[in-house]
Amino acid sequence: MNKLVATADEAVSDIPSGSTVMLGGFGLCGIPENLIDALVRRGIGGLHTISNNMGVDGFGMGRMLEAGMIASHIGSYVGENKLLEEKVIRGELNLTLVPQGTLAERIRAGGAGIPGFYSPAGVGTLVAEGKETHEFDGRLYLLERGLTADFALIKAWRGDTAGNLVYRKTARNFNPMMATAARVTIAEVEELVEPGVIDPDHVITPGIYVQRILQGARYEKRIERRMVRSA
Amino acid sequence: MTTLPKAAGQKADKQWETEKRERIVKRIARELRDGYYVNLGIGMPTMIASHVPPGMEVVLQSENGMLGVGPYPLEGEEDPDLINAGKETVSELAGTSFFSSADSFAMIRGGHINLSILGAMEVDEEGNLANWMIPGKMVKGMGGAMDLVASARRVIVAMEHTTREGQPKILKKCSLPITGLKVVDTIATEMAWIRVSPEGLVLEEIAPDVTVEEVQRATQAHLIVSGALTQMRS
Repeated sequence: MNKLVATADEAVSDIPSGSTVMLGGFGLCGIPENLIDALVRRGIGGLHTISNNMGVDGFGMGRMLEAGMIASHIGSYVGENKLLEEKVIRGELNLTLVPQGTLAERIRAGGAGIPGFYSPAGVGTLVAEGKETHEFDGRLYLLERGLTADFALIKAWRGDTAGNLVYRKTARNFNPMMATAARVTIAEVEELVEPGVIDPDHVITPGIYVQRILQGARYEKRIERRMVRSA
Repeated sequence: MTTLPKAAGQKADKQWETEKRERIVKRIARELRDGYYVNLGIGMPTMIASHVPPGMEVVLQSENGMLGVGPYPLEGEEDPDLINAGKETVSELAGTSFFSSADSFAMIRGGHINLSILGAMEVDEEGNLANWMIPGKMVKGMGGAMDLVASARRVIVAMEHTTREGQPKILKKCSLPITGLKVVDTIATEMAWIRVSPEGLVLEEIAPDVTVEEVQRATQAHLIVSGALTQMRS
């Protein structure tokens, strides 16, 4: 089964305006750079995005924001993006902030066919507003819903044409769960290989979750906070 | 009263800022135990990594999917795929492991983290904590803080005792939207070491350069002075 597409532009060519799109990454680490740029080139709008962050001003999802493509966003931390903060305060973008672990689990649950689960994160806070609670063994929990999407745009280090994926270091983050939670998952990889090259024991995302795969044309892999120690 | 020239005053301020942080960080480091799995929040808590007592093994967890966080890399060895939760470049250690965000928060939510240390804008006498939002002003998000405070076995807050304007941050009741309800175990500041108890805030240790009265004046909540009050050691 060959899931290979030639370019990022081809891979996103059928994503319509108004879609719900999950985008992998933590900060700028492990983001689908090539697919984001292709989406910006496609010039669609009204997207409902789900991603832990929103890039930074001028890079990653920050470019989608600047292009006015995003109508609503679900994430856990957007502090690196001044434009987003302004848009939210002006009421131009509907932002839903979700505790990071709850966000990760909602996506995992969505992909695993679990419509809801109970979490202790956010009990007694603004996050609890409007949510059902349940007490288990003397402790309160919030009912949280599984999340799914029309498309997931993810980034892996290595992948084969059958869609099996391996991630590298902390660039894994939200990518594996998002791969499971969308109707169409598009994976961009730094190194594309033939089936059989990746040790089956090392596959993190099995190919069943990936509908399209491409080799990213170029990677900037920008570092947000470069810190070094002296020798 | 003599007034310092402005530049000298600023220098003294900066030195005091550093000293305050060092004091807080070193005091908290004394709570570490061999074999602990610890999550350090962004900012001042990150500094605790350099104060792990010699011979003690403490494994640092970073909620973006890493156990065994090493020091900042040497120049030229920075890797964009290897960052901590503050998005800073870090390094691996022998025994480091990587995992997804779902696995990372499963280990947090599952109560496997011994100690979570994080900063706060406000803490109150019930152990409520506020550190993620200022309505109408700051829209940043809670990141992993709500998950961490809800489920870590012990939560220590590391913060300066008052705001830059000298207003108390330890309150009767948090005025900002809270991050967690009754979650704080201990508050460490440059002035004091304060334990949250069902009866209220217990002043257990005070810094050598302040009196109990001064600590209370800088604190809006009532402090119960421990019968075993000692000097805060760092």
